[in-house]
Amino acid sequence: MNKTFNNKAWWLVLPVFLMVAFNALVPLMTVVNYSIQETFGNNEFFWSGTTWFEQILHDEAFHDSLRRQLIFTGLILLIEIPLGLAIALCMPRNGPWVSVCLVLIALPLLVPWNVVGSMWNIMALPDIGLLGKGINALGIPFNYTRQPISAWFTVILMDVWHWTSLVVLLCYAGLVAIPDAYYQAAKVDGARPWAVFRYIQLPKLKHVLTIAVLLRFMDSFMIYTEVIVLTGGGPGSTTKFLSIDLVQKALGGFDLGPAAAFSIVYFLIILFLSWLFYTLMMREEAK
Amino acid sequence: MAEIRIENLRHSYSANPQGEEDYALKRLSITWQDGGAYALLGPSGCGKTTLLNLISGLLTPTEGRILFDGRDVSHSSPEERNIAQVFQFPVIYDTMTVFDNLAFPLRNRGVPESEIKTRVAEIADMLELTKTLHKRASGLTADGKQKISLGRGLVRPDVNVIMFDEPLTVIDPHLKWQLRSKLKELHLRTKRTMIYVTHDQTEALTFADQVVVMNLGEVVQAGTPVELFERPQHTFVGHFIGSPGMNVLPCEVRGGKALFAGIPVEAANIQAASGRGRAEIGVRPEFVSIAKSGIAAEVVRVADAGRYRIVEARSHGHTIKLLLKEGDEVPQSSTFLAFDPAHTQVYEDGWIAGAHR
Amino acid sequence: MRKRYIVLTLYIIFLMLPIYWLLNMSFKTTNEILGGFSAFPRDFTLDSYRTIFTDPSWYNAYINSITYVVINTIISVVIALPAAYAFSRYRFLGDKHLFFWLLSNRMAPAAVFVLPFVNLYSAVGLFDTPWAVALAHTLFNVPLAVWILEGFMSGVPKELDETAYVDGYSFPAFFVRIFLPTISAGIGVAAFFCFMFSWVEMLLAKNLTSVAAKPIVAAMTKTASTSGYELGLLAAAGVLTLIPGAIVIYFVRNYIAKGFALGRV
Repeated sequence: MNKTFNNKAWWLVLPVFLMVAFNALVPLMTVVNYSIQETFGNNEFFWSGTTWFEQILHDEAFHDSLRRQLIFTGLILLIEIPLGLAIALCMPRNGPWVSVCLVLIALPLLVPWNVVGSMWNIMALPDIGLLGKGINALGIPFNYTRQPISAWFTVILMDVWHWTSLVVLLCYAGLVAIPDAYYQAAKVDGARPWAVFRYIQLPKLKHVLTIAVLLRFMDSFMIYTEVIVLTGGGPGSTTKFLSIDLVQKALGGFDLGPAAAFSIVYFLIILFLSWLFYTLMMREEAK
Repeated sequence: MAEIRIENLRHSYSANPQGEEDYALKRLSITWQDGGAYALLGPSGCGKTTLLNLISGLLTPTEGRILFDGRDVSHSSPEERNIAQVFQFPVIYDTMTVFDNLAFPLRNRGVPESEIKTRVAEIADMLELTKTLHKRASGLTADGKQKISLGRGLVRPDVNVIMFDEPLTVIDPHLKWQLRSKLKELHLRTKRTMIYVTHDQTEALTFADQVVVMNLGEVVQAGTPVELFERPQHTFVGHFIGSPGMNVLPCEVRGGKALFAGIPVEAANIQAASGRGRAEIGVRPEFVSIAKSGIAAEVVRVADAGRYRIVEARSHGHTIKLLLKEGDEVPQSSTFLAFDPAHTQVYEDGWIAGAHR
Repeated sequence: MRKRYIVLTLYIIFLMLPIYWLLNMSFKTTNEILGGFSAFPRDFTLDSYRTIFTDPSWYNAYINSITYVVINTIISVVIALPAAYAFSRYRFLGDKHLFFWLLSNRMAPAAVFVLPFVNLYSAVGLFDTPWAVALAHTLFNVPLAVWILEGFMSGVPKELDETAYVDGYSFPAFFVRIFLPTISAGIGVAAFFCFMFSWVEMLLAKNLTSVAAKPIVAAMTKTASTSGYELGLLAAAGVLTLIPGAIVIYFVRNYIAKGFALGRV
C-alpha cells in the first residue's frame, strides 16, 4: 500500500509512545543507573564504573544459569518446533472438528503461568501424581524434588505442554493460507506426500516458523513463573534459569548493582540472539 | 494422448443431493478427439471448473463415467490419469530453480536424470525459458511463472490431456496476447489434447477448434467458433458470444411466419418452429441493416468502436443493435431496419427451433 | 489419514491429562489426597470450591485479577488503535524506528523490570492497586496490540478511507463509525492476546501488589507455601483460573488461526 508522508500521524502515535516510554524508559534508566553506581543505602550513590559488569561476567553462578538456560532453550526448541509442525499437519482443514481442536489446543496458552506450575507440580508428585506415580510404577525411580534428571524431565515436559500449542497454531495458520491449487498441482505432478511437505508446505511455512522460533526462543529465555512454582529452581540450583537467578539477586539480596548489571547483560543477550536468529533465517530465505 | 469420452456425468458437492439444484454439474455427455484444442466457456459459477476438476481427477463424480481411450478413469487419481493442469494462479515450487520445477513431474515418476536433462532443455527452448533455467523460479514474473506451470505439463511426453483453468487471469493485458498465441503455437507443434477453461470469449474462440458453452451446470452448445457465431443453439449463447451480443426480440409464430410487433420477419428455421412455447427471434447486430422499408425504428445512440460503429435503435419498445461499417452513413432519428433472413433464427423457450435436445 | 488423527488425538489427550488431574484433585477431600494415589475422587466433594467462594481473601483475589486484566485490555487496545492506524496508513518521521523500538519491548524479560517497576509505581502512588499491574502490563501488550491491529488494518483498502472523506465524514466519525466495525475481528484478536498475556502473567502482578490488590496468582502461591499441603484448595483455585481463558477462546475460536496469520504474532 502506498502510504502518504504526514508527520501529523505522530499525534495518533503519541499515546502509545508516552505509555511505552513511561513504562520502558524510566525503568531502563533506573537499571542503567544502578548498574554503574555503588550504594550503601540512604540514597547515596557513588560512581562505580564497570565494576558490576565485570563482577557479573566473571560470576560462576551466572555462567551456570546461562549455561542451563541455553541447554533448556535449545532442548525445548528442538522438541517444540518439530512437534508443533507435525501436529499442525495432522489438524483437519475444515469441518466441525476444526473449532473443537483449535479451542482444546489453545487452552494451555490461557492458563496462568503459576497454575501451569501448580498443575505439573500436582501431576508429577511421586506418590499421588499421575505422572510421578506412573513413572515410578514402571520401575524407574522418579522424584523431581530430589533428582535433577527428574526435575529437568518434568520442567521440559511442562514447557512442551504449555507452549507447543503456540507453534501448532502458528503453523496451522500458515498451512491454511496455502492455496488449494498448490496441492492440486502437486497431485497432478505426481508428488509423494514427502515431496508435498518438502517443496510446498515447508517453504510456505518458512515465515511462520521463523516467528515461532523467535517467539519460543525469547519466551523460553525469560521463563520464570512456571519453574519457580514447580521446582523453585531446585533441586539445589539445577533448574535455576536466568530469570530465577535475577529475581533472587534483585529482590532477595539487596545487591542492586550486580542485579542491574545482570539485567542489562541479560536483555542484551536476548536482543543479540534474536537478531542473530532473525538474520540467519532471513539470509537463508534470500538464497 | 487420448480421446476423452464423458458419459452421463453428474456432480454435486453435497454428499446427499436432493433436487436438480443441488448439482453443480447437471447430466453431461460429450466426446473429445485426441489432439484437439477445446475450450470450456461460460460465466463464473457455470460448472466449468467443476467439469475440469472431474476430468483431471481432483474431484470424483457423483454419477457417470469418464473414459480415456475407452478406459474408465472415473475413480482414478490425477496421477494415474496422467494429465497436466495449469491453474488460474501460477503454481511454482518456490524453493526450486526453473530447471528443477520443470524436472519435478519427471523425477516424481523416476525418469532417469539424463533423459530429464534433454526433455527439460527441449521444453525450456519451446517456452523461451532457457536463459532463466538456473534461476530461482520465485523470482520470475507472473507470465514466466505461468509458463513454468505449462512447462511442467508439457515435459511429460505421454500426458493424456493438458488442462488450463483460466490461465491468463493474472497476466498483464499486453502479455496475454503473446502467451495466447504461444499456446496456440504449442498446440500445433505438440498435438496434445488441450482443454482450456475461460469466461473470456476472445480467449476461447481464438484458442479452440471446438468451444463448449456452459451455463448453470449444463452444456448449452458445443461447436466451432463459426457455428457458435452463426447458429447459436440457445439465446444464452447468442448473448454471451459476440460483442455486442445477439438481438433477441419477442415474436409470434403464426401460419408459418414469425411476426415481430405484427411485422412479418423471415427466419432461416421457421419451418422447424412448433408454434408452442415462448417464441423469440434472434439476429446478430452484424446481420441487421438500414433499409428503405421494413421495421420502423428510432436511432437512440451511436458508439464508435474503431473500424465500425454500434448503432442502438428502439423499435416498438425494444432495443435493437446493429453494426455499421466505418464510412457508412448513419441514418437520421427515424429509419427502417431489415434482418438478413439467412442469419435470423426463431427460438422457442430459449432454444433454437428444431434443435435436437 | 487415519494415522494423522491418531497422532492428533494423542496430543490432545496429552494436553488434557494435567487438566483432568487438576480437576480430579479439586474434587477430593484432603484425607483422600493424603491417603494415596487414586485416579478419580472416591469421596466427591465441593468443599474446596465452597472455601474459595466464601473466603473474601480468595474471591477478592479473583476480582482483583479480572479488574487489572480488563483495565489493561481496554487501555492497550484503545491507545493502540490510533497508533496502528497511523502505522498502516502514513509514513512519518521515525516511523520504522519507533515500530521496532515498540516491538523490542516484547523481548524484555519481565524479571528485568520487576525492581524498577516497584520503585516507579511506589513513587507515583499506584503500588498495590490494580492500576499498577494494568499499566505495567501495557509495556508488553501495547506493542503487541499495535502489531496485530496494524496487520489487520493494512488488509483494509485505503479507498475505504477516501470514500468516507469524500462522503463528508470527519476523521473521528469515520474512524468510529466505519473503520472500527470493519476491523472488528482484528480488535477481537488484539483484545484476546492482551487478555491472555495479562491473565497469565504472574511475576509483575505479584510483585506490584501486596495486600489490597492481591491477584489470584499471588493468593495461590500463598496457599502452596504457608498453609501447608492444601492441594485440593490449590487445585480448585487453579481450575477456576481456567474458566475465563476457556470462555475467551470460545468467543474468538473462528479467528484464532486467522488472527495468528494476519496478526503475525
